[in-house]
Amino acid sequence: MADTKPQLISRRSLLRSAGAVGAAAAVGAKGSPAATASSHESQLTPTGEQTSDNKQPRYIFEQLTADEAELLEAIADQLIPEDDLGPGAVAAGAVTYIDRALGGALSESRDAYHSGLAAFDRYCRSSRDAPFLELSHIDQVSVLIDVETGAATGASTGFTGSSSSFFSMLRSHVLQGTFGDPFYGGNQNFVGWDLIRYPGVRTSVWPRLQTQLEAGELSPNHRSAYDSEYFEKAVVRTATKGTYHGD
Amino acid sequence: MATRLPGTDVVIVGLGAAGGVAALPLADAGLDVVGLEAGGRLTRRDFAPDELRNNMRGWPFSVQKCAQEVPTLRRSRSDTAVQGNGHPMMNAVGGTTLHYWAQSWRLNPWDFRVVSATTERYGSSRIPEGSTVEDWPFGYEELEPYYDRVEHEIGVSGQAGNVNGRPDPRGNPFEGARAREYPMPALRWTGFLYRMASSARSLGWQPFPGPAAINSRPYQGRSGCMYHGFCNRGGCHVDAKNSPAVTTIPRAEATGRLTVVTHAHVRRVETDNQGKVTGVTYVQGREEFFQPARFVLLASYTYENVRLLLMSKARAYPIGLSNNHAQVGRHYLSHHQGAGVTALFPSDLHAWYGLPAQGVAVDDWADDNFDHGALDFIGGGNLWVYSDRRPIAAAGMNTFGLAPTWGSAWKAFVRDNADRTNSAYIQKTTLPYDSNYMDLDPIVTDPLGDPVIRITAEYKQNELAVADFLQDKMERWYLEAGAIKVTRGGLGGQMGVSTHAYGGTRMGDNAETNVVNRYGLSHEVPNLGILGASVMGTSGARNPTLTAQALAWRTAAHLASNWRSIVE
Repeated sequence: MADTKPQLISRRSLLRSAGAVGAAAAVGAKGSPAATASSHESQLTPTGEQTSDNKQPRYIFEQLTADEAELLEAIADQLIPEDDLGPGAVAAGAVTYIDRALGGALSESRDAYHSGLAAFDRYCRSSRDAPFLELSHIDQVSVLIDVETGAATGASTGFTGSSSSFFSMLRSHVLQGTFGDPFYGGNQNFVGWDLIRYPGVRTSVWPRLQTQLEAGELSPNHRSAYDSEYFEKAVVRTATKGTYHGD
Repeated sequence: MATRLPGTDVVIVGLGAAGGVAALPLADAGLDVVGLEAGGRLTRRDFAPDELRNNMRGWPFSVQKCAQEVPTLRRSRSDTAVQGNGHPMMNAVGGTTLHYWAQSWRLNPWDFRVVSATTERYGSSRIPEGSTVEDWPFGYEELEPYYDRVEHEIGVSGQAGNVNGRPDPRGNPFEGARAREYPMPALRWTGFLYRMASSARSLGWQPFPGPAAINSRPYQGRSGCMYHGFCNRGGCHVDAKNSPAVTTIPRAEATGRLTVVTHAHVRRVETDNQGKVTGVTYVQGREEFFQPARFVLLASYTYENVRLLLMSKARAYPIGLSNNHAQVGRHYLSHHQGAGVTALFPSDLHAWYGLPAQGVAVDDWADDNFDHGALDFIGGGNLWVYSDRRPIAAAGMNTFGLAPTWGSAWKAFVRDNADRTNSAYIQKTTLPYDSNYMDLDPIVTDPLGDPVIRITAEYKQNELAVADFLQDKMERWYLEAGAIKVTRGGLGGQMGVSTHAYGGTRMGDNAETNVVNRYGLSHEVPNLGILGASVMGTSGARNPTLTAQALAWRTAAHLASNWRSIVE
């Protein structure tokens, strides 16, 4: 990553703390962040302290550096932006999801993130004379198009392979972090599922529910798979072996 | 030095779809059976509705034995083989049936006699050049009682189209005669599926609901399907998916005759100087064991059946067990399931709560159900439209060139269209060819140092012509139902690692061209039998599992009733 840090406190930094709501609660006794994040009750931090809604627990990045996390959030914010249609990938906690997964199920991608984000940063500085976070919206979009199409590939950037494979990895993980089960730290407050009008995880769908769905009368069910105690037990058993992420 | 265990009558290598079924008739006949399974036991509490874990991360099969022995692939003999990206099967008691789609078709009568039926109707010149296809050693009628038995033993839901020759317009008009109705009615349909069925009828086709090893109502004390949408690559949280893990295996264990050994990695079938097999050697943890048995039934997946035979060389079988005619690995084919068709509709399809086995089928363009006189191929395909959607995959949808793949415009597109696409599943006749085969890779090994399977195979002209023809039909069907955009996948080329892998130990009367006889017993080894789709010589246009299970039951029943003459 670059030695010089951006001097501004970005909107993303603010969004990040909002996006982290519930992430820490995932390690609490209640299991899923979803149950607590969507309620107005006070939440448990990893140490069991009570916190109130107006002082939200912070998410501590475990795999990404501060600069990497900030850059990744800026990219995620372009991929699925917050706009008139509602919250995007940042509010969903997609970066929280990725950071957590890089320590577990996606650990094989860790090097690809470190080297890919560094190459991304070098490409911005060499082609646009500024770090990504300081670029205008239109310049950020044009950089991302270069990376997506493979035009950013080359010795000066140092992408391993084509820049487009880095982009497609990022995109698929941002989708996972926005539309996956909130248990894994993303899709906070079900913003991803609400965006695509997914009616929610249910363990039984009787004919009446399908009829209601087809009639447009079924309200979304805001639940994680692991809000069901039935499956939570299996996860807790895994947790005693040394991981609380369910990976 | 391997620890020698007490002997048993029969050892079954692999307790999946085929081995898990065969255990029951053997145990019921009073034979002592040891079932060796490379995986462990999973229960319904392990099957959470979790798309990330089941579909994105490939849980739990990403950490399986089979994931460490992924075959290498090449298109032809002159290419260098490259290891595939992953193995689609899983190791567990019940095997891949824990999370499969559970479509449980019988083959149609034509599939048993492709050569003679084609020759009678069009002349022998219509058998594609280079194909090694043969008629099965028996017809559909021979297998019917075993299809019937397995459908009732494990539980299959569906709509009959031909009971004892009496047609039922609600079912498949092309199916072979069955002795009785399915034990359960078909899975329910959604509004979209009714619409597709109605559009098929408008085209003059004959749609019907497909069969599934999934309970449409409570059966044998287990729940009916809950339609929650996580069946595809997910296990069933209410045991409504009728894997042997919840049907035949527990019943066989209840007889006291079946001993299940989990985490047993079989490496060799052992042979004595007379050419009889004596049992199998397996690794469990870091220990090696020899399980003596009077009869060995290989019931692992197609790739592993062939690998074990080729690795089990002996004085009597210098190039592999049961391979003195050099037929092990030959007549390989993986079902042509590619060349898909995807459609975009102008309104929501309400597909979130469904499963791949819940759908509408059309068989009018399968097998020889239509005149091929003016066409340049034989066979055809089954068109299958089903209801299945989960959020991450839905958000990652094809944008049909109507929107970019990210940003606000993309976001608006997926908000409107995430529930408006449908992809058809089109299974096509695939034939065996002389140049498509499996052998041991000369370089790549698994962590124990055993070579992995090398697949040399590609789809030929007949398969590509079928694919193109079926895409035309499917596109017509979607447009008739009101689709506003339709896209078609490529026609296919090199064969990949497949869940529908056939051949390699083909069944037939001629020992020169087949590894096992009409009962699934080796032509060369007197006390070796082979189960699974590796014995099938044709694919049909539908999923293989029920046929592999009917054949497994038949082999086991034959073994049990002729035990003395076979083993002594």
